[in-house]
Amino acid sequence: MKDGSQSEIEVEPGANVMRTAVDAGLPGIFAECGGACMCATCHVYVDQDSVQAFPPVGEVEEEMLECTVAERLPVSRLSCQLVVPEGVATVVVRVPDAQT
Amino acid sequence: MSVLESTQQAREGGLPAPGVPVSDLDPYSADVLIDPYPYYEMLRELGPVVWLEKYGVYAVARYDQVKQVLSEADKFGSSAGIGLTNFHTEEPWRKPSIILEVDVPDHTRTRKVFTRILSPKALNALRERFEREAEKLVTALIEKGECDAVADFAHAFPIKVFADAVGVPAEGREHLLPYGDMVFNAFGPVNDRFRECLTKLGPSSEWIAHACRRDVLTKDGFGAQLYAAADAGEITEEEAGMLVRTMLSAGLDTTIFTLSNAMASLGRHPDQWAILRDEPSRSRAVLEEVLRYDPTFQSFYRTTTRAVELAGVPIGAEQKILVFIAAGNRDPRHWANPDTFDVRRQATGNVAFGTGIHGCAGQMIARLEGEILLRVLATRVDSLELLGEPEVHFNNTVRGYSRMPMRITPRVAAS
Ligand code: FES
Repeated sequence: MKDGSQSEIEVEPGANVMRTAVDAGLPGIFAECGGACMCATCHVYVDQDSVQAFPPVGEVEEEMLECTVAERLPVSRLSCQLVVPEGVATVVVRVPDAQT
Repeated sequence: MSVLESTQQAREGGLPAPGVPVSDLDPYSADVLIDPYPYYEMLRELGPVVWLEKYGVYAVARYDQVKQVLSEADKFGSSAGIGLTNFHTEEPWRKPSIILEVDVPDHTRTRKVFTRILSPKALNALRERFEREAEKLVTALIEKGECDAVADFAHAFPIKVFADAVGVPAEGREHLLPYGDMVFNAFGPVNDRFRECLTKLGPSSEWIAHACRRDVLTKDGFGAQLYAAADAGEITEEEAGMLVRTMLSAGLDTTIFTLSNAMASLGRHPDQWAILRDEPSRSRAVLEEVLRYDPTFQSFYRTTTRAVELAGVPIGAEQKILVFIAAGNRDPRHWANPDTFDVRRQATGNVAFGTGIHGCAGQMIARLEGEILLRVLATRVDSLELLGEPEVHFNNTVRGYSRMPMRITPRVAAS
Protein backbone atom coordinates (compact mmCIF):
# COMPACT_ATOMS: atom_id res chain seq x y z
CA MET A 1 0.00 0.00 0.00
CA LYS A 2 0.86 3.66 -0.25
CA ASP A 3 1.86 3.74 3.41
CA GLY A 4 3.99 0.65 2.99
CA SER A 5 1.43 -1.64 4.58
CA GLN A 6 0.40 -4.86 2.91
CA SER A 7 -3.04 -6.16 2.31
CA GLU A 8 -3.83 -9.69 1.43
CA ILE A 9 -6.87 -10.45 -0.59
CA GLU A 10 -7.77 -13.78 -2.01
CA VAL A 11 -7.74 -13.89 -5.75
CA GLU A 12 -9.53 -16.32 -7.96
CA PRO A 13 -8.23 -17.50 -11.28
CA GLY A 14 -9.88 -15.49 -14.02
CA ALA A 15 -10.40 -12.48 -11.74
CA ASN A 16 -9.34 -9.04 -12.87
CA VAL A 17 -6.70 -7.62 -10.52
CA MET A 18 -7.96 -4.04 -10.66
CA ARG A 19 -11.56 -5.07 -10.06
CA THR A 20 -10.62 -7.39 -7.21
CA ALA A 21 -8.66 -4.62 -5.52
CA VAL A 22 -11.36 -2.00 -6.04
CA ASP A 23 -14.14 -4.32 -4.87
CA ALA A 24 -12.11 -5.09 -1.76
CA GLY A 25 -11.87 -1.36 -1.10
CA LEU A 26 -8.09 -1.16 -1.35
CA PRO A 27 -7.01 2.47 -1.59
CA GLY A 28 -4.44 3.66 -4.08
CA ILE A 29 -5.95 2.13 -7.20
CA PHE A 30 -8.04 4.84 -8.76
CA ALA A 31 -9.25 3.18 -11.96
CA GLU A 32 -11.04 6.26 -13.22
CA CYS A 33 -11.89 4.74 -16.59
CA GLY A 34 -13.25 1.57 -15.06
CA GLY A 35 -10.90 -0.77 -16.87
CA ALA A 36 -11.10 0.61 -20.38
CA CYS A 37 -7.32 1.08 -20.54
CA MET A 38 -7.75 4.81 -21.01
CA CYS A 39 -6.66 6.47 -17.79
CA ALA A 40 -3.49 4.85 -16.39
CA THR A 41 -4.77 5.40 -12.83
CA CYS A 42 -4.76 1.70 -11.98
CA HIS A 43 -0.97 1.52 -12.21
CA VAL A 44 0.75 -1.11 -10.03
CA TYR A 45 4.24 -2.51 -9.59
CA VAL A 46 4.05 -6.26 -9.84
CA ASP A 47 6.38 -8.18 -7.55
CA GLN A 48 9.28 -9.85 -9.37
CA ASP A 49 7.99 -13.29 -8.42
CA SER A 50 4.55 -12.59 -9.84
CA VAL A 51 5.67 -10.85 -13.02
CA GLN A 52 6.13 -14.10 -14.89
CA ALA A 53 2.57 -15.15 -14.17
CA PHE A 54 1.14 -12.59 -16.56
CA PRO A 55 1.29 -12.31 -20.32
CA PRO A 56 3.50 -9.47 -21.59
CA VAL A 57 2.31 -5.86 -21.80
CA GLY A 58 -0.25 -5.43 -24.58
CA GLU A 59 0.03 -2.78 -27.28
CA VAL A 60 -2.66 -0.53 -25.89
CA GLU A 61 -1.40 -1.00 -22.36
CA GLU A 62 2.06 0.03 -23.58
CA GLU A 63 0.68 3.35 -24.88
CA MET A 64 -1.06 3.95 -21.61
CA LEU A 65 1.87 3.02 -19.40
CA GLU A 66 3.62 6.06 -20.82
CA CYS A 67 0.98 8.16 -19.11
CA THR A 68 1.42 7.01 -15.51
CA VAL A 69 1.94 9.73 -12.94
CA ALA A 70 4.35 7.73 -10.80
CA GLU A 71 7.55 6.54 -12.40
CA ARG A 72 7.23 3.69 -14.84
CA LEU A 73 9.41 0.74 -13.88
CA PRO A 74 10.08 -2.51 -15.73
CA VAL A 75 7.53 -4.15 -13.40
CA SER A 76 4.86 -1.53 -14.08
CA ARG A 77 1.50 -2.84 -15.24
CA LEU A 78 -2.04 -1.55 -15.49
CA SER A 79 -3.95 -3.71 -13.07
CA CYS A 80 -7.13 -3.52 -15.17
CA GLN A 81 -5.29 -5.47 -17.85
CA LEU A 82 -4.20 -8.25 -15.50
CA VAL A 83 -6.23 -11.41 -15.21
CA VAL A 84 -5.20 -13.90 -12.55
CA PRO A 85 -4.00 -17.03 -14.37
CA GLU A 86 -5.09 -20.58 -13.56
CA GLY A 87 -3.14 -22.16 -10.76
CA VAL A 88 -1.99 -18.86 -9.22
CA ALA A 89 -3.08 -18.27 -5.65
CA THR A 90 -1.10 -15.16 -4.69
CA VAL A 91 -0.28 -12.08 -6.66
CA VAL A 92 1.87 -9.47 -4.99
CA VAL A 93 1.63 -5.91 -6.25
CA ARG A 94 2.80 -2.59 -4.88
CA VAL A 95 0.72 0.52 -5.32
CA PRO A 96 2.63 3.60 -6.53
CA ASP A 97 2.49 6.72 -4.39
CA ALA A 98 0.48 8.65 -6.95
CA GLN A 99 -2.13 7.87 -9.58
CA THR A 100 -3.39 11.34 -10.46
CA MET B 1 -41.98 -0.49 -46.43
CA SER B 2 -38.25 -0.08 -45.97
CA VAL B 3 -35.85 -2.89 -45.15
CA LEU B 4 -35.50 -1.53 -41.67
CA GLU B 5 -39.23 -1.56 -40.99
CA SER B 6 -39.96 -5.00 -42.36
CA THR B 7 -37.15 -6.68 -40.48
CA GLN B 8 -38.17 -4.96 -37.32
CA GLN B 9 -41.65 -6.36 -37.56
CA ALA B 10 -40.33 -9.79 -38.39
CA ARG B 11 -38.29 -9.73 -35.23
CA GLU B 12 -41.33 -9.31 -33.03
CA GLY B 13 -42.73 -12.57 -31.79
CA GLY B 14 -39.47 -13.97 -30.32
CA LEU B 15 -39.92 -15.62 -26.95
CA PRO B 16 -37.93 -15.34 -23.73
CA ALA B 17 -36.45 -18.28 -21.84
CA PRO B 18 -38.99 -19.81 -19.41
CA GLY B 19 -39.26 -18.03 -16.08
CA VAL B 20 -37.77 -14.73 -17.24
CA PRO B 21 -39.88 -11.77 -16.12
CA VAL B 22 -41.59 -10.00 -19.02
CA SER B 23 -42.19 -6.27 -19.24
CA ASP B 24 -44.25 -4.29 -21.74
CA LEU B 25 -42.19 -1.16 -21.11
CA ASP B 26 -41.22 0.92 -24.12
CA PRO B 27 -38.01 2.60 -22.98
CA TYR B 28 -38.20 4.93 -26.00
CA SER B 29 -41.61 6.42 -25.16
CA ALA B 30 -41.78 10.10 -24.27
CA ASP B 31 -42.92 9.37 -20.71
CA VAL B 32 -39.86 7.29 -20.03
CA LEU B 33 -37.50 9.77 -21.64
CA ILE B 34 -38.81 12.62 -19.49
CA ASP B 35 -37.96 10.80 -16.25
CA PRO B 36 -36.60 7.30 -16.86
CA TYR B 37 -35.46 6.52 -13.32
CA PRO B 38 -38.70 5.15 -11.80
CA TYR B 39 -39.01 2.85 -14.81
CA TYR B 40 -35.46 1.65 -14.33
CA GLU B 41 -36.26 0.83 -10.74
CA MET B 42 -39.19 -1.23 -11.90
CA LEU B 43 -36.96 -3.16 -14.33
CA ARG B 44 -34.26 -3.74 -11.69
CA GLU B 45 -36.83 -5.09 -9.27
CA LEU B 46 -38.30 -7.49 -11.83
CA GLY B 47 -35.07 -9.47 -11.96
CA PRO B 48 -31.45 -9.55 -13.10
CA VAL B 49 -32.54 -10.25 -16.69
CA VAL B 50 -35.86 -9.07 -18.08
CA TRP B 51 -37.60 -9.61 -21.42
CA LEU B 52 -38.92 -6.51 -23.19
CA GLU B 53 -41.75 -7.90 -25.26
CA LYS B 54 -42.31 -4.82 -27.37
CA TYR B 55 -38.90 -5.23 -28.99
CA GLY B 56 -38.21 -8.93 -28.41
CA VAL B 57 -34.97 -8.26 -26.52
CA TYR B 58 -33.53 -9.05 -23.12
CA ALA B 59 -32.61 -6.17 -20.84
CA VAL B 60 -30.30 -5.77 -17.85
CA ALA B 61 -30.68 -2.89 -15.41
CA ARG B 62 -28.80 -4.05 -12.32
CA TYR B 63 -25.21 -2.91 -11.82
CA ASP B 64 -23.65 -6.37 -11.69
CA GLN B 65 -25.25 -7.62 -14.89
CA VAL B 66 -24.61 -4.36 -16.72
CA LYS B 67 -20.97 -4.62 -15.79
CA GLN B 68 -20.76 -8.29 -16.66
CA VAL B 69 -22.28 -7.88 -20.10
CA LEU B 70 -19.94 -4.98 -20.88
CA SER B 71 -16.88 -6.77 -19.54
CA GLU B 72 -17.39 -10.07 -21.34
CA ALA B 73 -16.98 -8.74 -24.85
CA ASP B 74 -16.30 -12.19 -26.27
CA LYS B 75 -19.80 -13.37 -25.32
CA PHE B 76 -21.64 -10.10 -25.69
CA GLY B 77 -20.39 -8.68 -28.94
CA SER B 78 -20.59 -5.31 -30.65
CA SER B 79 -20.16 -6.27 -34.30
CA ALA B 80 -23.91 -6.82 -34.70
CA GLY B 81 -24.27 -3.11 -33.89
CA ILE B 82 -24.82 -1.48 -30.52
CA GLY B 83 -28.37 -0.50 -31.45
CA LEU B 84 -31.55 -2.52 -31.78
CA THR B 85 -30.79 -3.37 -35.42
CA ASN B 86 -28.81 -6.59 -35.84
CA PHE B 87 -26.20 -5.84 -38.53
CA HIS B 88 -25.69 -9.55 -39.09
CA THR B 89 -29.24 -9.94 -40.35
CA GLU B 90 -30.52 -6.44 -41.07
CA GLU B 91 -29.30 -3.47 -43.04
CA PRO B 92 -27.88 -0.61 -40.98
CA TRP B 93 -28.78 3.00 -41.82
CA ARG B 94 -25.12 3.83 -42.35
CA LYS B 95 -21.88 1.92 -42.56
CA PRO B 96 -21.10 0.49 -39.12
CA SER B 97 -18.46 2.27 -37.10
CA ILE B 98 -15.08 0.53 -37.35
CA ILE B 99 -14.31 1.04 -33.69
CA LEU B 100 -17.67 1.01 -31.91
CA GLU B 101 -19.32 -1.74 -33.87
CA VAL B 102 -16.59 -4.33 -34.32
CA ASP B 103 -15.19 -7.14 -32.18
CA VAL B 104 -11.66 -8.29 -31.46
CA PRO B 105 -9.33 -8.50 -33.40
CA ASP B 106 -10.58 -5.78 -35.82
CA HIS B 107 -11.35 -3.59 -32.86
CA THR B 108 -7.85 -3.78 -31.39
CA ARG B 109 -6.23 -2.07 -34.35
CA THR B 110 -8.49 0.97 -34.50
CA ARG B 111 -8.80 1.22 -30.75
CA LYS B 112 -5.05 1.45 -30.37
CA VAL B 113 -4.86 4.50 -32.61
CA PHE B 114 -7.69 6.22 -30.72
CA THR B 115 -6.12 5.42 -27.38
CA ARG B 116 -2.86 7.03 -28.37
CA ILE B 117 -4.44 10.18 -29.77
CA LEU B 118 -6.76 10.59 -26.79
CA SER B 119 -4.41 9.44 -24.01
CA PRO B 120 -4.03 11.54 -20.85
CA LYS B 121 -0.52 12.44 -21.94
CA ALA B 122 -1.63 13.71 -25.33
CA LEU B 123 -4.46 15.65 -23.69
CA ASN B 124 -2.17 17.51 -21.33
CA ALA B 125 -1.15 19.65 -24.28
CA LEU B 126 -4.74 20.88 -24.56
CA ARG B 127 -5.29 21.82 -20.95
CA GLU B 128 -4.12 25.42 -21.21
CA ARG B 129 -6.16 26.11 -24.31
CA PHE B 130 -9.26 24.64 -22.67
CA GLU B 131 -8.70 26.79 -19.59
CA ARG B 132 -8.41 29.95 -21.66
CA GLU B 133 -11.61 29.21 -23.52
CA ALA B 134 -13.44 28.33 -20.31
CA GLU B 135 -12.45 31.70 -18.83
CA LYS B 136 -13.74 33.50 -21.90
CA LEU B 137 -16.99 31.61 -21.88
CA VAL B 138 -17.70 32.13 -18.18
CA THR B 139 -16.89 35.84 -18.53
CA ALA B 140 -19.47 36.10 -21.31
CA LEU B 141 -21.99 34.21 -19.20
CA ILE B 142 -21.50 36.56 -16.27
CA GLU B 143 -21.92 39.59 -18.50
CA LYS B 144 -25.21 38.20 -19.74
CA GLY B 145 -26.55 37.46 -16.27
CA GLU B 146 -29.57 35.61 -17.56
CA CYS B 147 -28.70 32.91 -20.04
CA ASP B 148 -29.70 29.64 -21.62
CA ALA B 149 -27.35 27.21 -19.91
CA VAL B 150 -27.72 24.84 -22.86
CA ALA B 151 -26.90 27.16 -25.77
CA ASP B 152 -24.58 29.54 -23.93
CA PHE B 153 -22.71 27.03 -21.77
CA ALA B 154 -23.18 23.36 -22.60
CA HIS B 155 -23.15 23.79 -26.40
CA ALA B 156 -20.73 26.63 -26.65
CA PHE B 157 -17.76 25.00 -24.96
CA PRO B 158 -17.38 21.64 -26.79
CA ILE B 159 -18.38 23.21 -30.11
CA LYS B 160 -15.39 25.46 -29.67
CA VAL B 161 -12.74 23.39 -27.91
CA PHE B 162 -13.51 19.86 -29.04
CA ALA B 163 -14.16 20.73 -32.66
CA ASP B 164 -10.96 22.81 -32.61
CA ALA B 165 -9.07 19.86 -31.17
CA VAL B 166 -10.31 17.58 -33.95
CA GLY B 167 -9.49 20.31 -36.45
CA VAL B 168 -12.73 20.84 -38.36
CA PRO B 169 -13.58 24.18 -39.98
CA ALA B 170 -15.18 26.83 -37.76
CA GLU B 171 -17.80 27.52 -40.41
CA GLY B 172 -20.83 25.19 -40.31
CA ARG B 173 -20.22 23.48 -36.99
CA GLU B 174 -23.93 23.69 -36.23
CA HIS B 175 -24.26 20.68 -38.54
CA LEU B 176 -22.43 18.52 -36.03
CA LEU B 177 -25.35 18.43 -33.63
CA PRO B 178 -28.10 17.02 -35.87
CA TYR B 179 -25.63 14.41 -37.05
CA GLY B 180 -24.89 13.24 -33.52
CA ASP B 181 -28.59 13.34 -32.72
CA MET B 182 -29.19 10.97 -35.63
CA VAL B 183 -26.43 8.59 -34.61
CA PHE B 184 -27.86 8.26 -31.11
CA ASN B 185 -31.47 8.00 -32.23
CA ALA B 186 -30.41 5.18 -34.53
CA PHE B 187 -29.37 2.98 -31.61
CA GLY B 188 -33.05 2.73 -30.75
CA PRO B 189 -36.00 1.51 -32.83
CA VAL B 190 -37.08 2.97 -36.15
CA ASN B 191 -39.73 5.17 -34.54
CA ASP B 192 -41.13 8.58 -35.46
CA ARG B 193 -38.27 10.25 -33.62
CA PHE B 194 -35.73 8.39 -35.77
CA ARG B 195 -37.62 9.08 -39.01
CA GLU B 196 -38.02 12.78 -38.33
CA CYS B 197 -34.36 13.08 -37.48
CA LEU B 198 -33.33 11.27 -40.67
CA THR B 199 -35.46 13.52 -42.86
CA LYS B 200 -33.82 16.61 -41.47
CA LEU B 201 -30.32 15.26 -41.77
CA GLY B 202 -29.46 15.88 -45.46
CA PRO B 203 -27.11 18.89 -45.49
CA SER B 204 -25.51 17.96 -42.18
CA SER B 205 -24.42 14.60 -43.53
CA GLU B 206 -22.75 16.33 -46.46
CA TRP B 207 -21.05 18.84 -44.24
CA ILE B 208 -19.63 16.08 -42.04
CA ALA B 209 -18.35 14.14 -45.05
CA HIS B 210 -16.58 17.30 -46.21
CA ALA B 211 -15.19 18.13 -42.75
CA CYS B 212 -13.62 14.67 -42.39
CA ARG B 213 -11.43 15.10 -45.46
CA ARG B 214 -7.69 15.24 -45.02
CA ASP B 215 -7.31 18.48 -46.97
CA VAL B 216 -10.05 20.21 -45.00
CA LEU B 217 -8.83 19.36 -41.49
CA THR B 218 -6.26 21.52 -39.69
CA LYS B 219 -2.72 20.22 -39.69
CA ASP B 220 -2.31 19.64 -35.96
CA GLY B 221 -5.61 18.20 -34.74
CA PHE B 222 -6.82 14.70 -33.90
CA GLY B 223 -8.11 14.41 -37.46
CA ALA B 224 -4.66 15.04 -38.92
CA GLN B 225 -3.22 12.52 -36.46
CA LEU B 226 -5.65 9.90 -37.71
CA TYR B 227 -4.49 10.52 -41.27
CA ALA B 228 -0.89 10.31 -40.02
CA ALA B 229 -1.73 6.86 -38.65
CA ALA B 230 -2.92 6.00 -42.14
CA ASP B 231 0.38 7.25 -43.59
CA ALA B 232 2.18 5.03 -41.08
CA GLY B 233 0.20 2.06 -42.36
CA GLU B 234 -1.68 1.42 -39.09
CA ILE B 235 -5.06 2.02 -40.71
CA THR B 236 -6.17 2.70 -44.24
CA GLU B 237 -6.87 6.15 -45.66
CA GLU B 238 -10.58 5.37 -45.80
CA GLU B 239 -10.55 4.18 -42.21
CA ALA B 240 -8.91 7.41 -41.11
CA GLY B 241 -11.82 9.35 -42.58
CA MET B 242 -14.31 7.05 -40.88
CA LEU B 243 -12.59 7.47 -37.54
CA VAL B 244 -12.72 11.25 -37.83
CA ARG B 245 -16.44 10.84 -38.37
CA THR B 246 -16.72 8.59 -35.33
CA MET B 247 -14.84 11.12 -33.24
CA LEU B 248 -17.16 13.91 -34.28
CA SER B 249 -20.37 11.96 -33.80
CA ALA B 250 -19.35 10.39 -30.51
CA GLY B 251 -17.53 13.28 -28.92
CA LEU B 252 -19.74 16.30 -29.21
CA ASP B 253 -23.41 15.80 -28.42
CA THR B 254 -22.40 13.53 -25.57
CA THR B 255 -20.21 16.11 -23.86
CA ILE B 256 -22.78 18.81 -24.52
CA PHE B 257 -25.49 16.77 -22.85
CA THR B 258 -23.22 15.89 -19.95
CA LEU B 259 -22.56 19.58 -19.36
CA SER B 260 -26.28 20.34 -19.59
CA ASN B 261 -27.00 17.56 -17.10
CA ALA B 262 -24.37 19.00 -14.79
CA MET B 263 -26.04 22.40 -14.91
CA ALA B 264 -29.48 20.88 -14.32
CA SER B 265 -28.29 18.86 -11.33
CA LEU B 266 -26.33 21.74 -9.83
CA GLY B 267 -29.21 24.16 -10.48
CA ARG B 268 -31.67 21.83 -8.75
CA HIS B 269 -29.40 21.17 -5.78
CA PRO B 270 -28.06 24.52 -4.54
CA ASP B 271 -26.45 22.83 -1.54
CA GLN B 272 -24.37 20.66 -3.87
CA TRP B 273 -23.44 23.67 -5.98
CA ALA B 274 -22.28 25.39 -2.80
CA ILE B 275 -19.90 22.49 -2.10
CA LEU B 276 -18.33 22.95 -5.52
CA ARG B 277 -18.24 26.73 -5.26
CA ASP B 278 -16.48 26.58 -1.93
CA GLU B 279 -13.96 24.12 -3.27
CA PRO B 280 -13.61 24.44 -7.05
CA SER B 281 -10.80 21.87 -7.09
CA ARG B 282 -13.49 19.25 -6.53
CA SER B 283 -14.79 19.75 -10.05
CA ARG B 284 -13.56 16.43 -11.41
CA ALA B 285 -15.28 14.48 -8.65
CA VAL B 286 -18.44 16.57 -9.11
CA LEU B 287 -18.47 15.73 -12.79
CA GLU B 288 -18.08 12.05 -11.94
CA GLU B 289 -21.16 12.22 -9.74
CA VAL B 290 -23.10 13.93 -12.55
CA LEU B 291 -22.05 11.05 -14.80
CA ARG B 292 -23.32 8.55 -12.27
CA TYR B 293 -26.51 10.35 -11.33
CA ASP B 294 -27.74 11.43 -14.75
CA PRO B 295 -25.55 9.94 -17.46
CA THR B 296 -25.84 11.06 -21.04
CA PHE B 297 -25.82 7.59 -22.56
CA GLN B 298 -28.79 5.80 -21.06
CA SER B 299 -28.69 2.47 -22.83
CA PHE B 300 -27.33 0.54 -25.80
CA TYR B 301 -27.15 -3.05 -26.92
CA ARG B 302 -24.85 -5.99 -27.03
CA THR B 303 -25.56 -9.13 -29.07
CA THR B 304 -24.76 -12.66 -27.93
CA THR B 305 -22.00 -14.17 -30.05
CA ARG B 306 -22.99 -17.72 -29.06
CA ALA B 307 -25.34 -19.48 -26.65
CA VAL B 308 -24.54 -18.08 -23.20
CA GLU B 309 -25.88 -17.98 -19.69
CA LEU B 310 -26.50 -14.70 -17.93
CA ALA B 311 -27.60 -14.69 -14.28
CA GLY B 312 -28.84 -18.23 -14.77
CA VAL B 313 -30.83 -17.43 -17.89
CA PRO B 314 -29.91 -19.42 -21.00
CA ILE B 315 -29.72 -17.08 -24.00
CA GLY B 316 -29.29 -18.17 -27.60
CA ALA B 317 -26.83 -16.75 -30.13
CA GLU B 318 -27.58 -13.50 -32.00
CA GLN B 319 -29.87 -12.27 -29.26
CA LYS B 320 -29.96 -8.55 -28.53
CA ILE B 321 -29.52 -7.46 -24.92
CA LEU B 322 -30.41 -3.91 -23.93
CA VAL B 323 -27.88 -2.65 -21.40
CA PHE B 324 -29.26 0.12 -19.19
CA ILE B 325 -26.08 1.75 -17.96
CA ALA B 326 -28.04 4.62 -16.44
CA ALA B 327 -30.03 2.11 -14.39
CA GLY B 328 -26.86 0.38 -13.19
CA ASN B 329 -25.62 3.73 -11.95
CA ARG B 330 -28.63 3.92 -9.63
CA ASP B 331 -28.73 0.34 -8.44
CA PRO B 332 -29.14 0.28 -4.64
CA ARG B 333 -27.40 -3.11 -4.65
CA HIS B 334 -24.22 -1.21 -5.47
CA TRP B 335 -24.72 2.40 -4.40
CA ALA B 336 -25.84 3.86 -1.09
CA ASN B 337 -28.77 6.28 -1.59
CA PRO B 338 -28.45 6.03 -5.35
CA ASP B 339 -31.17 8.59 -6.07
CA THR B 340 -29.38 11.27 -4.08
CA PHE B 341 -27.14 13.66 -6.01
CA ASP B 342 -24.18 13.77 -3.66
CA VAL B 343 -21.04 15.37 -5.06
CA ARG B 344 -19.02 14.19 -2.07
CA ARG B 345 -19.54 10.53 -2.84
CA GLN B 346 -16.97 8.26 -4.45
CA ALA B 347 -18.64 7.98 -7.83
CA THR B 348 -15.88 6.23 -9.77
CA GLY B 349 -16.90 2.77 -10.89
CA ASN B 350 -20.04 4.18 -12.45
CA VAL B 351 -20.65 2.89 -15.95
CA ALA B 352 -21.58 6.14 -17.70
CA PHE B 353 -18.79 5.56 -20.23
CA GLY B 354 -19.33 1.83 -20.36
CA THR B 355 -16.45 -0.38 -19.29
CA GLY B 356 -14.02 -2.92 -20.68
CA ILE B 357 -12.50 -2.88 -24.14
CA HIS B 358 -15.35 -0.84 -25.61
CA GLY B 359 -15.34 1.69 -22.77
CA CYS B 360 -15.58 5.19 -24.24
CA ALA B 361 -12.25 6.11 -25.85
CA GLY B 362 -13.06 9.80 -25.44
CA GLN B 363 -13.81 9.67 -21.75
CA MET B 364 -10.60 11.36 -20.69
CA ILE B 365 -11.14 14.36 -22.96
CA ALA B 366 -14.77 14.51 -21.86
CA ARG B 367 -13.63 14.56 -18.23
CA LEU B 368 -11.01 17.19 -19.02
CA GLU B 369 -13.57 19.48 -20.68
CA GLY B 370 -16.03 19.08 -17.82
CA GLU B 371 -13.47 19.37 -15.07
CA ILE B 372 -12.06 22.62 -16.44
CA LEU B 373 -15.34 24.28 -17.29
CA LEU B 374 -16.96 23.45 -13.95
CA ARG B 375 -13.89 24.59 -12.06
CA VAL B 376 -13.77 27.95 -13.82
CA LEU B 377 -17.50 28.37 -13.30
CA ALA B 378 -17.15 27.62 -9.60
CA THR B 379 -14.26 30.04 -9.26
CA ARG B 380 -16.11 32.96 -10.80
CA VAL B 381 -19.78 32.41 -10.01
CA ASP B 382 -21.59 32.71 -6.71
CA SER B 383 -24.97 31.24 -7.54
CA LEU B 384 -26.87 29.44 -10.28
CA GLU B 385 -30.62 29.82 -10.34
CA LEU B 386 -32.94 27.89 -12.62
CA LEU B 387 -35.55 30.26 -14.02
CA GLY B 388 -37.88 27.46 -15.14
CA GLU B 389 -37.95 23.72 -15.71
CA PRO B 390 -35.21 22.69 -18.13
CA GLU B 391 -36.66 21.38 -21.41
CA VAL B 392 -35.80 17.75 -22.10
CA HIS B 393 -34.17 16.94 -25.43
CA PHE B 394 -35.82 13.80 -26.74
CA ASN B 395 -33.48 11.19 -28.14
CA ASN B 396 -33.76 7.40 -28.18
CA THR B 397 -30.44 6.83 -26.46
CA VAL B 398 -28.92 9.95 -24.97
CA ARG B 399 -30.34 12.19 -22.30
CA GLY B 400 -29.91 15.92 -22.02
CA TYR B 401 -31.71 19.22 -22.31
CA SER B 402 -32.52 21.57 -25.15
CA ARG B 403 -33.15 24.73 -23.13
CA MET B 404 -32.39 25.80 -19.59
CA PRO B 405 -33.04 29.41 -18.56
CA MET B 406 -30.70 30.32 -15.74
CA ARG B 407 -29.56 33.35 -13.76
CA ILE B 408 -25.85 33.49 -13.06
CA THR B 409 -24.69 35.69 -10.21
CA PRO B 410 -20.96 36.39 -10.14
CA ARG B 411 -18.88 36.35 -7.01
CA VAL B 412 -18.26 39.77 -5.58
CA ALA B 413 -14.69 40.56 -6.53
CA ALA B 414 -12.50 40.86 -3.47
CA SER B 415 -10.74 44.14 -4.00
S1 FES C 1 -8.59 1.43 -15.03
FE1 FES C 1 -8.10 2.97 -16.45
S2 FES C 1 -6.36 2.19 -17.40
FE2 FES C 1 -6.84 0.68 -15.95
